[in-house]
Amino acid sequence: MAFLEISNLQKDYAGNRVVENFNLAVEQGEFVSFLGPSGCGKTTVLRMVAGFETPSSGSIRIDGKDVVNLKPNQRNIGMVFQAYALFPNMTVAQNLAFGLKVAGKSKAEIDATVKEMLALIKLEELGQRYPFQLSGGQQQRVALARALAVKPKLLLLDEPLSALDAKIRVSLREEIRAIQRKLQITTIFVTHDQEEALSMSDRIVVMHKGKADQLGTPFEIYNQPKTRFVASFVGTINVLEAVVTDTQTGSFLLNGTELSLGRSLNTFKTGDAIALALRPEAASLGAVAGKSGQLHGKVQDVNFLGSVIRVRVKVGEQVISLDGFNQPSVAPPKAGDHVMVSFAPEELLVLAD
Amino acid sequence: MSFWRSNRFWAWVALAFGVLYFALPLIGTFEFSLRMKRGEYSFEAYRVILGDPRFQATFMYSVMMALLTIVMGVLLVVPTAYWVRLKLPRWRPVVEFITLLPLIIPAIVIVFGYIRMYNTSSVLPLTGSAFGTDILMVCGYTVLALPYMYRAVDTGLRTLDITTLTEAAESLGAGKVTILAKIILPNVLVAILSGAFLTFAIVIGEFVFAALLNRPAFGPFMQLIGANRAYEPAALAVIAFSITWLCMGLMQLVTRLQKHTQVKQFR
Ligand SMILES: Nc1ncnc2c1ncn2[C@@H]1O[C@H](COP(=O)(O)OP(=O)(O)O)[C@@H](O)[C@H]1O
Ligand SMILES: [Mg+2]
Repeated sequence: MAFLEISNLQKDYAGNRVVENFNLAVEQGEFVSFLGPSGCGKTTVLRMVAGFETPSSGSIRIDGKDVVNLKPNQRNIGMVFQAYALFPNMTVAQNLAFGLKVAGKSKAEIDATVKEMLALIKLEELGQRYPFQLSGGQQQRVALARALAVKPKLLLLDEPLSALDAKIRVSLREEIRAIQRKLQITTIFVTHDQEEALSMSDRIVVMHKGKADQLGTPFEIYNQPKTRFVASFVGTINVLEAVVTDTQTGSFLLNGTELSLGRSLNTFKTGDAIALALRPEAASLGAVAGKSGQLHGKVQDVNFLGSVIRVRVKVGEQVISLDGFNQPSVAPPKAGDHVMVSFAPEELLVLAD
Repeated sequence: MSFWRSNRFWAWVALAFGVLYFALPLIGTFEFSLRMKRGEYSFEAYRVILGDPRFQATFMYSVMMALLTIVMGVLLVVPTAYWVRLKLPRWRPVVEFITLLPLIIPAIVIVFGYIRMYNTSSVLPLTGSAFGTDILMVCGYTVLALPYMYRAVDTGLRTLDITTLTEAAESLGAGKVTILAKIILPNVLVAILSGAFLTFAIVIGEFVFAALLNRPAFGPFMQLIGANRAYEPAALAVIAFSITWLCMGLMQLVTRLQKHTQVKQFR
């Protein structure tokens, strides 16, 4: 049995279902991200785990124990908020000591833990400062340490980096992950930033309209998106709209050309619309041996990203992105050029809605 | 535009009028209070008043009442304002209106209500003993101070993100009482202080409650002196004014201190 088990979780606000049939099992020490656009229900799920919202139905088990009827202050869950939420009337050290004092720890133990926590976030010198005397990044580190000081069973972070500027965001996410690895604390990290989720997580839950669309490692989420939404939200994968022509051979009509996946499409019927994903790295410019899928179009723009060149080609009504390695001997195409995009149809992924 | 027709000129006129309106009676009173000894200015009237054991007794009594009122006001208002902001934000206008009622309902109505409700033949005969009546007085004064106390505290709470602070504290294991005592109260202390000085000023000079409930407070003492003496009432008026002004001054001071820290917070 997993350390955190969420089963059939549901939440309605005045008849409006904002979390629907949500299931998740997180192992001890795992770092799981909730990734999705604003309003998809990430915070609501997190708040139900923390105890600030009551589920309309479903269960939440931590370490085998159902916590749904426990108050937030009985759950022993650490929480980090986007707005830091440090206590303004207390110094950094007093903020770190707060949870320990509430728990009735001895003065010696509190002092030792505060010191240890200050070292963990590398702010040994700033224990006597007040929150308003710290930068945003420092405040968020203190908030993290404050949550960890009470040795919670579970650490929840709700977009903790969103209020910070880009540079600090990157360095702090590495720091958070390093601390999490060191303490081996089971963690749920909420974000709308795919780069954050991909770079930090053991596994990612992609959320869409209150449901978990896909659960998988960053590698799986990025390379094998299962739904149209995951494909479009994560990364730069191309979604091609086609029509099924033969379910047995897996044939479909794409921009007037009939191609075959080479595997049967038995969940579809002939004439059904089908969404197919094509990774930018899997598409090439010009004819390539072994890539029987060919589409003609016009270059829309060319982005030079250093080692990679991204070309966007307009094919009919769709825009297809292609990534190719930068080869100094080959000049990239220019906007307006007529080109052919080739790919292997067998590499296309079938997306669910 | 000439100086005579400018806004500046009329502003000065208004200011001068205001100063005359407020200051002249005060200056007159002060001057009169110094004339107890024939033919010279002296603080004789003040000496007599301050030496009067009834002054000391009633003044201490009213100070005590004021302090109790402040404590009771804080215990009533801080949790209420916090709870309303946290859980019932839509009811805030209603609660605010209720706290303003004491400004509309005359104190005498409240006292008569109390006397009817808590007289010696009622279920809860508070007016039957001095101690019971003191409790009634503190309750009544708390009601009188409510509009000021509530506003001050509510404004103080507005500068805090109390929802997130509460949730952060809860996730660290704290209960509501701890949160109120350790996080909310310290952060609205400056606001409470400004409300407290106003409460103090109101209670020290209060007459209606003390007179009708027949308690030895400073207000009825002032009235008694005023009715029977010539120079001492003037001295008493100046003393009472000074206390009120001191309170207002302290209030301004703490408010300014608060602004100072706020500027620092958002620098
Ligand atoms: N207290 C609430 N009352 C009504 N609707 C809410 C409440 N909290 C959240 N919602 C709605 O639930 C949906 C999900 O919100 P949220 O979980 O905050 O999304 P996210 O964190 O992914 O941006 C949103 O449509 C939001 O409007
Ligand atoms: Mg959110």
